[in-house]
Amino acid sequence: MAKVTFREDRCKGCELCTTVCPKHIVQMAKDRLNKKGFHPAEVVKQEECIGCAFCATICPDTVIEVEK
Amino acid sequence: MTKVFTRPEALNDVELHYCPGCTHGIIHRLVAEAIDELGIIGQTIGVASVGCSVFSYNYFGCDMEQAAHGRAPAVATGIKRALPDRVVFTYQGDGDLAAIGTAETVHAASRGENITVIFVNNGVYGMTGGQMAPTTLAGQVTQTSPYGRDVKTQGYPLRVCELLAQTEGAAFLARTAVDNVKHIREAKAAIKKAFTYQLEGRGFSLVEVLSACPTYWALPPAEAMKRLGGEVLDYYPLGVYKDKGAETDEK
Amino acid sequence: MAEKVLMKGNEALAEAAIQAGCRLFFGYPITPQTEVSAYMAKRMPKIGGTFLQAESEVSAINMVYGAAGAGARVMTSSSSPGISLKQEGISYIVGSDLPCVIVNIVRGGPGLGGIQPAQSDYFQAVKGGGHGDYHLIVLAPSSIQELVDITQEAFDIADQYRMPVMIMGDGMLGQMMEPVEFGAKEGRKLPEKTWAACGTDGKRERNIINSLYIEAADLEKLVLERYERYKEVEKNEVKWEEYMTEDAEYIIAAYGTIARVAKTAVHALREEGIKAGLIRPITLWPFPSAAFANAAETVKGFLSVEMSMGQMVEDVRLAVNGKKPVEFFGRTGGIVPTPDEICDAVRKMKEGK
Repeated sequence: MAKVTFREDRCKGCELCTTVCPKHIVQMAKDRLNKKGFHPAEVVKQEECIGCAFCATICPDTVIEVEK
Repeated sequence: MTKVFTRPEALNDVELHYCPGCTHGIIHRLVAEAIDELGIIGQTIGVASVGCSVFSYNYFGCDMEQAAHGRAPAVATGIKRALPDRVVFTYQGDGDLAAIGTAETVHAASRGENITVIFVNNGVYGMTGGQMAPTTLAGQVTQTSPYGRDVKTQGYPLRVCELLAQTEGAAFLARTAVDNVKHIREAKAAIKKAFTYQLEGRGFSLVEVLSACPTYWALPPAEAMKRLGGEVLDYYPLGVYKDKGAETDEK
Repeated sequence: MAEKVLMKGNEALAEAAIQAGCRLFFGYPITPQTEVSAYMAKRMPKIGGTFLQAESEVSAINMVYGAAGAGARVMTSSSSPGISLKQEGISYIVGSDLPCVIVNIVRGGPGLGGIQPAQSDYFQAVKGGGHGDYHLIVLAPSSIQELVDITQEAFDIADQYRMPVMIMGDGMLGQMMEPVEFGAKEGRKLPEKTWAACGTDGKRERNIINSLYIEAADLEKLVLERYERYKEVEKNEVKWEEYMTEDAEYIIAAYGTIARVAKTAVHALREEGIKAGLIRPITLWPFPSAAFANAAETVKGFLSVEMSMGQMVEDVRLAVNGKKPVEFFGRTGGIVPTPDEICDAVRKMKEGK
């Protein structure tokens, strides 16, 4: 059981986190824009998260926190 | 549940001004993580340089001095000589370090100045709008190499770690990259090692971090990471170029 | 009373700095001030200080910036071409409000120029040699003893106002020997350097040494604050010497070593019945304008004598403000005016030629 939390308003929509998730559960939220005007990244199937922190490791803006 | 990944304390909780996908943010975090893990934030003084990372004095949670373009190793030398028990690092880009600051860099290394240099190499001048840097690859299009860098007239990209490996004073030189998670973790380990060497008084340490500039490479961030892992790494091989600790510890 | 010792100007300067608590010196060899570095190289290691020969004047001044930002008393020394190279760093030091002492043992210029004594860096020192709105406090001693006293005080002045202080000498002052004494001076009461980037130890907010202000209004505000401080300096720190000025009809304006030659000329002129006097600025910035303005009320004319093509003369004219004629006599390229030449220039002025 692991959990990732995105601080959406800090996300610049670079999508790097979506390229490294081994479970392919990180996606861009195409249905909304954050304060900055970017589609923020989000996790779609939280229950599949393994807490590897790959997404957080590659995120340039320290948007992501990971708990296990 | 416990937090397994969170913002390091040595990275201030402020928004970074960098472009989307700019890897400066990753490298800032790695430096901050190393500072946290070594528990040295209160005894560290950082030196910001000129370029995209000029505002790094706003981001690192330690005392900072902002240096003139290229002069960060000299400024760091002044700080370190005044306060030998403190940890002093510079954070410099490739235009800053490998063009205008080449003399300061080479001589700080040659003196074995006990400081740590974080050298972010993305092959362009970002802050001024994407001009050719000394590290720009042959054929690469920039604002000042609009037909691609022509080595006949514009020279060859400079390999800094290889150059500095010739200096006796350098204790630790490593080239790392942030194009994927594995490399990012290796970069972090190298940065931490560099700081550790400084704490042990071993001399000059420099970690080159190959970095992406999606904006002035004119690539989406994920594509920029692919270019970084491809042709950039081909020209700039990763590895440890000098490790005095390993040499002496073996003996 | 401390004992007098015979010392070369450059060495006396270095020793004075050490006695003022300077424990870091960053230099680069250049004639005619290399003895400063040599002395520091010999002394600093014995007293737990740092002498470092940098790879260039550019690096040396940036080392000064780093050490000053860390809160240390620090000095660098050079001569004209080297001082040109330091201008970038000086501008950053000013822009970050850091105290330090910079010595210029001036030689002839421009370019590589020569190695003989000159005063042709006056504009560079006084009008701001680097970029931006700023002043340095510029001190111009004319004897080795004064050089010693000024050097010791320079560190206090720098710390008090958080400004770089420049000591302007020339090859003659640097190379000649005179008896000097190093008295234990009572230093000024100085504020603690709470702004220094020396590590927080987790006990305070972090300090940032910086000269970058992207918002125009922020930068203007800071520069205005700095100019308020300059007003304080102008109020408190102006120094000059008046020599036989009480009844003088002709005032020679001269600073540094040439003022000594001018004193000889004052005596010679008086022997032939010309009432000459001397005003010798000791601080070139702030300039002793009031001394010249006051004299302008009573004298017939001024002659600025310099080892340049005429630089300080502009400040004398500004101070006199058209009330009386201000003439100029100078030699340049490393040539020192003789008393006879100075007397001739005064006679000519008297005759209205």
